[in-house]
Amino acid sequence: MRFVARVEVSLRPGIADPEGETIERALPALGFDEVHDVRAGRSFRFSVEADDEAAARARAEELAHRLLANPVIEQSHLELAVGTSD
Amino acid sequence: MATRVGVVVFPGTNCEHDVVAAVDGLGGRGELVWHGQERLDDFDALVLPGGFAHGDYLRPGALARFSPVMGAVARFAADGGPVVGVCNGFQVLTEAGLLPGALQKNVRLRFLCTPVALVVTSGRSVLTRDVPVGTTLRVPINHFLGSYVCDRSTLEELRAEDRVVLRYKENPNGSVDDIAGITNGAGNVVGLMPHPERATSELLGSTDGVPLLRSLLDSATGARAA
Repeated sequence: MRFVARVEVSLRPGIADPEGETIERALPALGFDEVHDVRAGRSFRFSVEADDEAAARARAEELAHRLLANPVIEQSHLELAVGTSD
Repeated sequence: MATRVGVVVFPGTNCEHDVVAAVDGLGGRGELVWHGQERLDDFDALVLPGGFAHGDYLRPGALARFSPVMGAVARFAADGGPVVGVCNGFQVLTEAGLLPGALQKNVRLRFLCTPVALVVTSGRSVLTRDVPVGTTLRVPINHFLGSYVCDRSTLEELRAEDRVVLRYKENPNGSVDDIAGITNGAGNVVGLMPHPERATSELLGSTDGVPLLRSLLDSATGARAA
């Protein structure tokens, strides 16, 4: 079966996020005074061949932990669905 | 025989010739090593130079860590061989787990290309063992992701074991504890963001990188004799 995985990688709480801070500082100039707590991150999408959802999830988690995120400063969140990447 | 220094070249590395020139200028012999090699020649020391290994895609060092040469680099380090990562090389060493912590985007998202004042804060490494603690050195930095980050327990360990080898006099990038360079427990693996190879001639504005590189060459020669 083929599954599509989406992994969101973001900085762990407590780790400074200069990108998010810089975006947030620019917001008042655009009229978004009510927007706060901006955190920047990255998103990855890929498809996985596996016998079942649990196996696909395990492989995708492993990829997220070993490569996509640096556990020293980042955390990852995985979403998995049956189907193909569009 | 001249001290042989292997200078590891990944696709996108761009400071390898500067390192070779600096090493050669001090009487050593710098030799380029392609990242696809799984075995290393009989080197006395290794340098992972600056640049953008594998385009810095994903994160600096994240893909370089999987290059074929890295197994041999890790074995060389485990055997006590001197290994120094400069700038991108430091990022590669942290991603490869040969040094703790990580390098994060500079504060205020500033790309920095400027000479900075460094203080030698420990002689417990191959790069600093011949330089008196307290010495101030003027060496250039050139990076966007040079802000050193680690968890509290790692920082306490680094301090307790005297493994912070270089600190910025004025912190340019937000590094925790003003850290510019660290070493591993044995003192043979060092990572630093500043570029000592770019401070080896008056024509370059400073010769303060010389004592660091000379210390590395002396350590390498000593390691070979031992």
